[in-house]
Amino acid sequence: MTRSVLRRAAFAVGAATLAVGLAACSTTPEPASSESAASSEPTYITEGKFTVATGEPAYFPYVIDDAPESGDGFESAVAYAVAEKLGFAADDVVWVRTGFDEAIQPGPKSFDVNLQQFSITDERKQTVDFSSPYYSTPQAIITTGDSPVADATSIADLKDALIGAQTGTTSFTAIENVIQPSAAAQAFNTNDDAVLALTSGQIDALVVDLPTAFYLTGVEIDGGVLIGQLPAVDGVSDDWGLVLDKDSSLTASVTDAVDALREDGTLDEIASTWLGADAGAPVLE
Amino acid sequence: MRARQPSDVELGRRAFRRRQGVRSVIISIVSTIVFAIVVWITLVNTPGWARVQKSFFDPVVFVEAIPRVAQGFLVNLRVLLYSAVGVLVFSLVLASLRTLRGAIFFPIRAFVAGYTDLFRGMPLIIVLYLVGFGIPGLRITDQRIPAEVLGTIALILTYSAYVSEVWRAGIEAVHPSQTLAARSLGLGHGTTLRLVVLPQALRKVTPALMNDFVSMQKDVGLISVLGAVDAVRSAQIEQSASANFTPYVVAGLFFILLALPMIRLTDWYSARLRGREQIGSIL
Repeated sequence: MTRSVLRRAAFAVGAATLAVGLAACSTTPEPASSESAASSEPTYITEGKFTVATGEPAYFPYVIDDAPESGDGFESAVAYAVAEKLGFAADDVVWVRTGFDEAIQPGPKSFDVNLQQFSITDERKQTVDFSSPYYSTPQAIITTGDSPVADATSIADLKDALIGAQTGTTSFTAIENVIQPSAAAQAFNTNDDAVLALTSGQIDALVVDLPTAFYLTGVEIDGGVLIGQLPAVDGVSDDWGLVLDKDSSLTASVTDAVDALREDGTLDEIASTWLGADAGAPVLE
Repeated sequence: MRARQPSDVELGRRAFRRRQGVRSVIISIVSTIVFAIVVWITLVNTPGWARVQKSFFDPVVFVEAIPRVAQGFLVNLRVLLYSAVGVLVFSLVLASLRTLRGAIFFPIRAFVAGYTDLFRGMPLIIVLYLVGFGIPGLRITDQRIPAEVLGTIALILTYSAYVSEVWRAGIEAVHPSQTLAARSLGLGHGTTLRLVVLPQALRKVTPALMNDFVSMQKDVGLISVLGAVDAVRSAQIEQSASANFTPYVVAGLFFILLALPMIRLTDWYSARLRGREQIGSIL
């Protein structure tokens, strides 16, 4: 190699190393605030407003007509009750929409609280905060009238069925932990897709939580059959809580608000208004 | 007669070239190591690296995710194999139909043209929804059609449109003198296609076909919208269970491992074709 080629090569390598080294030095240091413990002063995304998130679209009976601002619907009513306990007027409640999965991913949030029938689980607690539970519901399994498992009366009858649920939900884990069918559980992006698969016969049965099961079999699916509710198993909690950002400053105050609402009976009242008396369903063993 | 022995000068030249070759290899190895070390040091000292590593490269979650993702990957492989065969056959049929000359075959040509326009325009995910949920809804048979089969059908429908266009480009690239020569030998249209045109067209479009195959390997993941649990869906299930994104990295690695041999094969084959058809043998 000639000297000039060698010199040029050395210059190129040196320039590259310098550039890389400069890049390493110039990366901004991580903001210290994200490492510190949650501040004791409650801070809201928008000062003076209580930002509540729900699904896109939000389903009956949790929100009526996909219009949470009206206060109609179980979760809409709970959100306004919590806002009132925290000292917000109804006008100061701002609604935003998020997907189900994206709300429980690690990362900054666009809301103060999120109500979307989230079950409190230990895995989810690693990435988000939960308030104390505002409702407790088991999982239920539904199907159509012409499905082979429409007459099932026990978990054993479901072993050979093709069962589906929305991905990432406790309904899905309930299939794998409680029913343990021989065919792998089918996962769908949304409950809408899962219902579509059920009505076109692609799956034999669908697992959702009990109020949703009542709605689907009663209203949405023609000839829908509610087979029964699944027994609760350790690790698959049935309690719904409000989702907050990890280490949020609001967790304590929102938990207190929910506890207060439970103690004075407001939560029971809201549940019986919007979710009907607990008609219940046969528990499958 | 004694075999010609190379002269000392020639031997000296060969030794020099060998030494230069060894020197180049050593320099490239050292340079790669230095580069890797520099990149590694930069990465590790980046603030937030610890968090990125925990979130995307957690070794414990990596190992835990492998069984489920591997099982999902088998679904991908099955669908890929059947789709590839189906696409090859169907697209050949489409391309051949489109070569039919004569006014009487106009409806067929128009149909194929319309088919390719339609399925190249429609996003694969829409076709998947229509085929995956719509066809069972028609209740054509009482038997349930597995989601994998419906996904394969959707893939075949969509990819045949693309691949038939690739074939058509190859067929049209074969010089017309070949067709005329075949005609002068008395070969009919079908025989010409089979014996003269398609073999040459195949050689021309093999790199493009292999490219489409590699691309299809990734699109197979979309069948998860139909409920079938494939590698991507398995990764997502693992991710929601562990609140960690490493399962996606696992699934990505599986896909890359599948695609790499095909990519290298494509590169090698293209280089060979280039050498054969151009001047690769001289320099």
